[in-house]
Amino acid sequence: MCSHCACGLPPPPTLARAVVLGESLLARNDHQAAHNREHFRAAGVRVVNLLSSPGTGKTALLEALAARSPSTLRLAALVGDLATDQDARRLQQAGLPAVQITTGQVCHLDAAMVHQALAQLEATGHPLAAVDLLLIENVGNLVCPASFSLGEDQRVVLLSVTEGEDKPLKYPATFHSSDLVVITKVDLAEAVGFDRALVHRSLQRVAPAAQVLETSARTGVGMDALLEALLG
Amino acid sequence: MMALGERVLEVAAREGAERVVAIHLRTGALAGVDSLALRTAAEIVLAGTIAEGARLAIEEVTPAWWCGPCRMEFPPSDVLGRCPACGLASRQVLRGQDLLLHALELDP
Repeated sequence: MCSHCACGLPPPPTLARAVVLGESLLARNDHQAAHNREHFRAAGVRVVNLLSSPGTGKTALLEALAARSPSTLRLAALVGDLATDQDARRLQQAGLPAVQITTGQVCHLDAAMVHQALAQLEATGHPLAAVDLLLIENVGNLVCPASFSLGEDQRVVLLSVTEGEDKPLKYPATFHSSDLVVITKVDLAEAVGFDRALVHRSLQRVAPAAQVLETSARTGVGMDALLEALLG
Repeated sequence: MMALGERVLEVAAREGAERVVAIHLRTGALAGVDSLALRTAAEIVLAGTIAEGARLAIEEVTPAWWCGPCRMEFPPSDVLGRCPACGLASRQVLRGQDLLLHALELDP
């Protein structure tokens, strides 16, 4: 009478009737993402979804972008984390209007969470129509966020030089779905023996169409090129 | 995972079922869904509901890509989606990237 572990025993006879659905469980999110996209289009805002492992330097990169971007460019950020609003506060201190999305147990942002955060952003005096570039810092995770569109224009994945050159091969879905790969912390490249050729070979295999940029939030290397790439 | 639990219970309620006997899912290698993790998550999400203890049948779908330049569908040789004819990596996945709620078995 095994019903759980699929150990090969036939299921017990029941009077069950089958209801065939054939539904995509991601469809609900896709629908909400399409709705978000309409909001973004109507407001004329460009939206970027930033993905990476924890500790790759997403927040530091946004701080550096805020510091270097021209004052005429109106930036705002949404930041996803399981707990705490530390990242949003860091960004606010850097002069970037930011709303924290605290996901609790959920390991990724979804389109509905982003939609809700847009209202909060507006409540703090930053309606979408008054933003040129909205940066969404996803929860640090290279697996689940890849499956959830937020309605973004551009998906960016960050990879730091301290993480290992084969990471793109280990998490192909995330790299494959990204438009831009940003290699961060290049000021540490030499110290950690970063193999540039190897990482580019890995990226060529999983994300041959993606643009690749090298940056350092600390020294400012590549930040202007990054801003240009984010603006499309 | 929450979406799965919500949808299963929604359909069961709509159908007037007292118990969900089985949940049939289809997923592919590109969906980033681990079957064991899915079973564990389902158990947690469905605990205490009429779907508690439902049999979870997970069918693996063989992934397929579409190559635009060659205008053909091709099966995966690895997770990277390279067209066997021209060698280009495709970004267009036809199958295997989704998690489908295929069917429910309900009682009564």
